[in-house]
Amino acid sequence: MADTSTLTPQQIIRKKAQGEPIESGEKKHEHRHIIAVRLENTIGALNRVINLFSARGFNLESVTVGETDDSTISRMTIVTTGDDRIIAQVNRQLNRLVDVLEVIDLTSNEHVERELCLLKVSYTKQNRSEMMDTLDIFRGKVVDVTPDTMTFELTGPSKKINAFIGMMRQHGIEEMARSGRVAMHRALHFGD
Amino acid sequence: MKDDQNTTTKSMPETREDGIEQARTSVNGSKRMSGAEIFLRSLDAEGVEVVFGHPGGAVIKIYDEMARIKPDFEHVLVRHEQGGTHAAEGYAKATGKVGTVLVTSGPGATNTVTGIADAYLDSVPIVVFTGQVPTHLIGNDAFQECDTIGITRSITKHSFLVRDVKDLARTVKHAYHIARTGRPGPVVVDLPKDVLLDETEFVYPEDVDLRGYSFTAHGAENKIRRAAGMMAEAKKPLFYVGGGTVGGDASEILTKVARKTRIPVTTTLHGLGAFPEDDELSLGMLGMHGTWYANMAVQNSDLIIAVGARFDDRVTGKLESWAPHAKIIHMDIDPSSISKNVYVDCAIVGDTRDALERLEPLVEAGDTDAWLQQIDAWRKKAPLEYDQDDGRLRAQYVLQRIREQSKGEAVTVTDVGQHQMWAAQYGRFIHPRSHITSGGLGTMGFCLPAAMGAAFGLRGTGRTVVSINGDGGFVMNAQELSVAAAHKLPLKIVVINNNFLGMVRQWQELFHEERFSHTDLTETNPDFVKLAEAHHCVGLRAEKPEEVDEIIKQAWEVNDRPVVMEFRVIKEEMVFPMVPSGASTDEMITKRLTPNAFV
Repeated sequence: MADTSTLTPQQIIRKKAQGEPIESGEKKHEHRHIIAVRLENTIGALNRVINLFSARGFNLESVTVGETDDSTISRMTIVTTGDDRIIAQVNRQLNRLVDVLEVIDLTSNEHVERELCLLKVSYTKQNRSEMMDTLDIFRGKVVDVTPDTMTFELTGPSKKINAFIGMMRQHGIEEMARSGRVAMHRALHFGD
Repeated sequence: MKDDQNTTTKSMPETREDGIEQARTSVNGSKRMSGAEIFLRSLDAEGVEVVFGHPGGAVIKIYDEMARIKPDFEHVLVRHEQGGTHAAEGYAKATGKVGTVLVTSGPGATNTVTGIADAYLDSVPIVVFTGQVPTHLIGNDAFQECDTIGITRSITKHSFLVRDVKDLARTVKHAYHIARTGRPGPVVVDLPKDVLLDETEFVYPEDVDLRGYSFTAHGAENKIRRAAGMMAEAKKPLFYVGGGTVGGDASEILTKVARKTRIPVTTTLHGLGAFPEDDELSLGMLGMHGTWYANMAVQNSDLIIAVGARFDDRVTGKLESWAPHAKIIHMDIDPSSISKNVYVDCAIVGDTRDALERLEPLVEAGDTDAWLQQIDAWRKKAPLEYDQDDGRLRAQYVLQRIREQSKGEAVTVTDVGQHQMWAAQYGRFIHPRSHITSGGLGTMGFCLPAAMGAAFGLRGTGRTVVSINGDGGFVMNAQELSVAAAHKLPLKIVVINNNFLGMVRQWQELFHEERFSHTDLTETNPDFVKLAEAHHCVGLRAEKPEEVDEIIKQAWEVNDRPVVMEFRVIKEEMVFPMVPSGASTDEMITKRLTPNAFV
């Protein structure tokens, strides 16, 4: 029971001692969370955020960072996984850093997320048109071509990119680079 | 124009009474000074009283300017940089002010790492200024270069590398502000040599401007009301008080609230002294070597009110079975402490004193008589005790006699190990900031320099500083004895000598089948009396219980230098009661293992 619940073991014992039932809604949910961090645009600040994840043993799936409209502020998009308790710790520990101006957990609200992927694939006369059809379905672009390789550019949610990579695998992927996710809140909520 | 002059020279008279020229004038007529001088004047403007430092190549300009301008603060030349950081910690813990350390680059900086980590885990406000190679050489593997910021990143609250002399004064201001406020902690400021040589005008900023730094000083009103409601309903409430109560100066109001509501109080190692232990509501320390009755109270309590404590593993033991019946109120200034280890039912994020002061009018005397009687019964069943009728000298007896001599008015600084736990158990602390130790990191060698730092902070107050060491930890920073002697600090230094690394020996005996691997120090221990005398201190020694009082009396008569009292105690003695590591706090061993030792 203890390993399938979001409750701490101590909470479970406590609930049992007090005769309270353990709700099914308290089962463990390993969420993937997208957290945007606005921070001072210095290398030291970036280091501190990355260091936090290794020092505290948090998962780190992807990180992107770039300048914002204010050149003294940069914005990171961090993808991390963990149960609610861990995610709460991640948010609080990030907030504790002096260089961090704002921590926004995007996952709890409507948000848009995008990832960029560059994919170099080898082709032959036989499979070229099939690959171009697939690329068209995924709304990708060809950004470089040689007699035996093509480089595709694809943006979209990570799932779409995973699907495209799956399709290309059979043709032989030479090289691949993914940017990691960037994300932000939707400006408007409809039908709230 | 005249106004401008005033701001730049505000804390800088042109010539002082002793005729020292205060600043050179630059070509455009404004006062310019070197980065090193700006640094010294910034410390003065910040109100720094003592700097514990050690010079070297990268900071030689600072020491040069120090000799020239003679700043208001006192510089104490320590004999090892680690000693300097611990001294700053001792100063900070004893006074509540920020401790200051100044060291050179490379080895100077790396030697401070242990002290910085110690301050980080125990939330001690210190600022460590480290020299650095000139900015154009950074990354070049230059002589005495190390990546100080990188090395200390995960053990500091924040750190700064000053790249431009124009940022220097502001950075010093920010460093002290960050170290002092919120949950306190160590701040490192790295000072490249060329920044110290560059010149600019000196203006010490009045305000801090840190857009990313904030903390919640005032807990939410609705949470405080809810806490009061929970306290009124509880039948078996218990205060669990940690270092945040001492650091937040909340001891007085905590004592008032506890007495008003008649709720018993147990403290962590760092909470000792936050609530007077001679009060009938005090249960002493809880946790691994806490009292049995404090741990029983935790296990049976229905409401634990944690004040400035962080549910450390040495307190909770096995988390799964800790306080199974209790709802938990947690007051802490650090939101990341909330629900980190133990789920909290009511969290009040904010200053502990502020929260308790606002809570006080909302609470009334509760009906805790039955609960207090139950605790009293536990207290009678397993009080703190040790064998003492075989005529052999034991540490507990020595520490009780020291407590008797000081009447609880002294500031006791302890090292790490068995003596630390005995001092905590038998010290009966009655004042906040009267117990200083290395708790989180457990740094052997902490005690002597920290006691020295505390003594610098308490000069003129008439308070005695007692340093209680084991034989293992004492030699780790014994070099600072000569510093204490040079400054004529009347430290009372106790060395509990069992010729063993006692706490490790205890674990080896209890859990590792008595294989005493590399814990016997008989061959390598120095003659402590001669060691003391070699460092210009008084050395005394007692080997029997009947000699103890006489030695203490002699030691307390010395007023012009430190006294080292070596007490040769038996090596077999162990610290009890004890919660074995990973066990639940109600599975305490209360005395040496016998068939019925488990209660």
